[in-house]
Amino acid sequence: MPTITFEQPNGTATDVEVAEGGNIMRAAVANNIAGIVGECGGQAMCATCHVYVNPEDAAGLPEPSEDEDEMLDCTTAERTEHSRLGCQVSLGGALQSIRVAVPSDQV
Amino acid sequence: MNESILIIGAGHAGVQLAESLRENGHDGTITLIDQGAQQPYQRPPLSKDFVSAQEPEALPLRSEDFYTQQRIELLTGARATAVDRAARTVTLSDGQQRSYDRLVFATGARNRVLSCPGAQDPRVIGLRTLQDAENLRRQLDGAQRVVVAGAGFIGLEFAAAARARGIEATVLHSAPRVLNRSVSRQLSDWFTQAHRADGIDLRLGEGVQSIDAQEDLLVQSTAGESHRADLVVYGIGVLPNVELAEASGLACENGILVDAALRTSDERVYAVGDCANAERDGTRVRLESVQNAADQARSLARTLCGEPTLYSDVPWFWSIQGRHRLQIAGLAQPTDSSMLLGDPGSGKFSIALLRDGQLVAVESVNRAADHAAARKLLARGERITEAMLAGASLKELANATPVAA
Repeated sequence: MPTITFEQPNGTATDVEVAEGGNIMRAAVANNIAGIVGECGGQAMCATCHVYVNPEDAAGLPEPSEDEDEMLDCTTAERTEHSRLGCQVSLGGALQSIRVAVPSDQV
Repeated sequence: MNESILIIGAGHAGVQLAESLRENGHDGTITLIDQGAQQPYQRPPLSKDFVSAQEPEALPLRSEDFYTQQRIELLTGARATAVDRAARTVTLSDGQQRSYDRLVFATGARNRVLSCPGAQDPRVIGLRTLQDAENLRRQLDGAQRVVVAGAGFIGLEFAAAARARGIEATVLHSAPRVLNRSVSRQLSDWFTQAHRADGIDLRLGEGVQSIDAQEDLLVQSTAGESHRADLVVYGIGVLPNVELAEASGLACENGILVDAALRTSDERVYAVGDCANAERDGTRVRLESVQNAADQARSLARTLCGEPTLYSDVPWFWSIQGRHRLQIAGLAQPTDSSMLLGDPGSGKFSIALLRDGQLVAVESVNRAADHAAARKLLARGERITEAMLAGASLKELANATPVAA
């Protein structure tokens, strides 16, 4: 099963397994990962599942859609070139593992 | 902080409050009671992905072990039947009694029920709870024609989702405009055209008169026409759940009346979310939205943990209307003037609402950038005028304006 590693601002890391096709936000909520809110239920409307993708993993990801790109301007913590909305990044296929950092603030 | 806090209602507001209390260092007992039998779940997807079967199951609000990890006692399938404010106890439907130091109503709202003749037929469905959504999805399988009563957010979301599945959809709306309680006239007109262009038979100024429940449902409109349907879905507004609060002697009027700190007339009792009618900028507002529920809960958690906080977050809303993403930031009034940003013909545009020459709200269709910028600008509370909007995009204004202290 694909694996997501969530790294908290204090440096602790947690591995979470996710079903093929599962996205980062749902995996976080289902596994009680602190700092990922997902208030809109995964519709790229609220920007509260903001994560920073590990630069080495970012290369393998599809580009953000226009909606996701624009909503990333709503994040509470600073947006960087590696910012993504967790609800818009699914794992599976060639992408079997990813490491993401949880921002210090989400709302 | 060792007080015992009892929260009635485990929707978005109740669950967020429980979580935020722990985050803010509350150490006493937290009890969440909810009459629903299942784990607390996300509501917004119910009228969107869930109905169109893109989402196989309801999304839980938090993981199952969240409640035990956070030492939150979750009592599902339990209804609070009485509050004794003098004794500070709540009686539950199974007869047990719980005492509290602080009590919070997060009881939400329920659907106004379609009450015309024939509306009791099981094929006539409201959409609010997970049970409603499951029922609806089951009945939608094999349905070819639906009639929707009410062109508010829920009614139109559902109609558009059904249409996208190839189901014929007729919407009867007794008011002259769609979304008439929620959006500007221009936006209402635009959505009327957009939904009609997508094949929804949208009838304005026509309500449901009666339903003749034969093998098919025959819906008689107030215009005297008859519409055949396999099922009828209604979304004709909600009623805040205030009965328990009212019976315990708390002041209620279109919701449980709370001050700007979300406190009722009893200093030990509070209300958050759809059921709360809160003081805001000298007026009263009751909002039906996930953002309001969650942000009020976060605000109240700070107050209950010893940091008195007045709730003032900028309201925002969203809706998925078929192919279109609608996002609203701020609170408009019918008397506000409007200004178009962008070209509605392109399907991507915003409408700025101004009061006394100052920006108070932005409605965005398929333009998340405007929504994102509007939220920032409104949160800062700076004066944005029509002339400023004419000279720069919302994004430019949001980026150009220094963050006020």
